[in-house]
Amino acid sequence: MIEIRNLKKSFDGRTVLHGIDATFETGKTNLIIGQSGSGKTVLMKSLVGLIQPDSGEILFDGRNLPTMTSEQISDLRKEIGMLFQGSALFDSETVLGNVLFPLMMFTDKSHEEQMERALFCLERVKLTGAEKKYPSEISGGMQKRVAIARAIALNPRYLFCDEPNSGLDPRTSIVIDELLSDITHEYGITTVINTHDMNSVLGIGENIIFIKDGYREWVGDMTQIYNTGNEALNDFVFATRLFKQVRDYVATHESRTPQR
Amino acid sequence: MGLISSLATFGRYCLFIKRVFSVPDRWAVYGRRTVTEISKLGIDSIPLVLIISVFIGAVITIQMQLNIASPLIPAYSVGLATRDIVLLEFANSILCLILAGKVGSNIASEIGTMRVTEQIDALEIMGINSANYLVLPKITAFVLFMPVLVVLSIATALVGGYLVALVTDLISVNRYVYGLQALFQEWYVWYGLIKSLFFAYIIASISSFYGYYAHGGALDVGRASTNAVVSSSVYILLFDVILTKLLLQ
Ligand SMILES: Nc1ncnc2c1ncn2[C@@H]1O[C@H](COP(=O)(O)OP(=O)(O)OP(=O)(O)O)[C@@H](O)[C@H]1O
Ligand SMILES: [Mg+2]
Repeated sequence: MIEIRNLKKSFDGRTVLHGIDATFETGKTNLIIGQSGSGKTVLMKSLVGLIQPDSGEILFDGRNLPTMTSEQISDLRKEIGMLFQGSALFDSETVLGNVLFPLMMFTDKSHEEQMERALFCLERVKLTGAEKKYPSEISGGMQKRVAIARAIALNPRYLFCDEPNSGLDPRTSIVIDELLSDITHEYGITTVINTHDMNSVLGIGENIIFIKDGYREWVGDMTQIYNTGNEALNDFVFATRLFKQVRDYVATHESRTPQR
Repeated sequence: MGLISSLATFGRYCLFIKRVFSVPDRWAVYGRRTVTEISKLGIDSIPLVLIISVFIGAVITIQMQLNIASPLIPAYSVGLATRDIVLLEFANSILCLILAGKVGSNIASEIGTMRVTEQIDALEIMGINSANYLVLPKITAFVLFMPVLVVLSIATALVGGYLVALVTDLISVNRYVYGLQALFQEWYVWYGLIKSLFFAYIIASISSFYGYYAHGGALDVGRASTNAVVSSSVYILLFDVILTKLLLQ
C-alpha cells in the first residue's frame, strides 16, 4: 500500500500539486485520472522520486520516501517497476536483452536462471518469438509489452505506469489494460496507472483518483463513476457523446433490472 | 548574469562528475561496456585519424619547404620542423579538436536521446546510478584509447611528409628522413601524450554532461550536441595553453 499525505509541488512559483492525499491499495489497479496538464505525471514522478516534492509524505508500506537516504532509495527502487509513456526501452539492446537487463544488474542467479526468468516474463506478455528483435523493429504495442515484461522481471511490489495506452488503438489498449490488471491480481502488486483513456477508467478502475488543477477532486471506483454527483468528474469522464450514451444506458438498464 | 550561470553550470558539472566517479554496481558489466565503448569511440575513429593525419603531414611538409627554402637554413630543417609540429601540436591538440567534433557529438547525442526518451529515467527507477553506468565506461575507454590514436596520428603524419618527398621533387627523401631524426627530443612525445589524455577526458566528460542534461525533444538533443562540441573545443584550447606552460617550461 502506498499512502501520500499533503503532497505539494510547485515549479518557479507556479503550484502544480496543492496538497494531494491519496491511498493506493495492494493488489488493486489504482488509477490517477485528470485532464492534460492537471499534474498526473508530476504526481507519479514524485511518487517514485524522479521529482523532489516541496512537502508531504509518500509512504511505501510505512517507509517515507522524502526522508530516505540515497542508498535507501536505491533499495526501494529494486521493488519498483515502472512503465514510461514512451516505453523507454534501451534501443541498443534486443527485446530479450531489455528484459534480461534488470536481472543481470540485480540478481546473482546463473545465466540459465536469468534466461529462464526473462523468457517466462516475455511469455507472460505473449511475446515469445520476438526475443531477437530490436525495439525499433517492433510495433508500439509490442514495445509496451516488452516494457511490462522488463518492469515485472524482478517481481516488483509496486508498479507505476504513465499512460500505458497512449498512442495505441482501442483493441491493443484493452490488451495492455487486461495484462496490467491480471498481473496486479496474480502477484498482488500495488499498481498505479496514470491515464486519460476512458476505456481504462471504466474497464479496470478499482480505485480511481481524479485530479483537477492540482487538487484531488474525487475518489471512488468504476461503478461509482456512473452516478457521481461531481460536476467536474462528469464533464471529464462523459465528455464525448458515446460515453454520455453509455452512462444513460447504464442508468436506465440498472433501474429496470433488479439489483443482484 | 553570464558569470553566475557559468558558475552554476560548473557546479552542476562537478556534481555530475562526482556521480560518474562512484563504484560501479557490477564490475563485469562495467568492463563489458568499456570494451564496447573502446570499439565505438576509439577503433571507429581510426580511419578518420589516418586520413586527416596523412594529408596534414603532407601539407605541413610542403608548406615548410616553400616557406623556409633559403640558402641560410639547412635543408633537413623541413623534416625537423614537420616532426616537431606534429609532435607538439598537431597529433594531440588539433587531432582532439577534430575528434571533439566526431566523438563529442556522438556521445552527446547518444546520451541526450536516452534522456529525452526517458531511458535514463528507466535506469534510475531500477536503482542504477545512470551517470556512472553510462558515462564512466565512455571516459575510461576514450582516455585509454587516446594514446593509440595519437601514436597512429604521429606515424601517419610523418608518412604523409615522406610521401611528398617521394613523389615530388620539393625535397629529397634522404634529407627529409635525416631531418626527422635530427635533434630529437623524446620529451616532446610524452608531452603530446600527456596533453592528449587531458583532452580525451575533456571531450568524453563534457559531451556526456551536455547529453545527460538535455531536455525536451530531438531539437534539444541537436542543441546539446552542438554545445558539447563547442564547449569541449574551447576547453581543449584553454588546457592546451595551460599544459604547454606547465610541461614545456
Ligand atoms: N519540470 C517542469 N518544470 C516546470 N513546469 C512543469 C514541469 N513539469 C511539469 N510542469 C507543469 O506542471 C503541469 C502539470 O504537468 P503534467 O505533466 O503533470 O500534466 P499531466 O496531467 O501529466 O498531463 P498529460 O495528460 O498531458 O500528460 C503543467 O502545467 C506543466 O507545465
Ligand atoms: Mg502526463
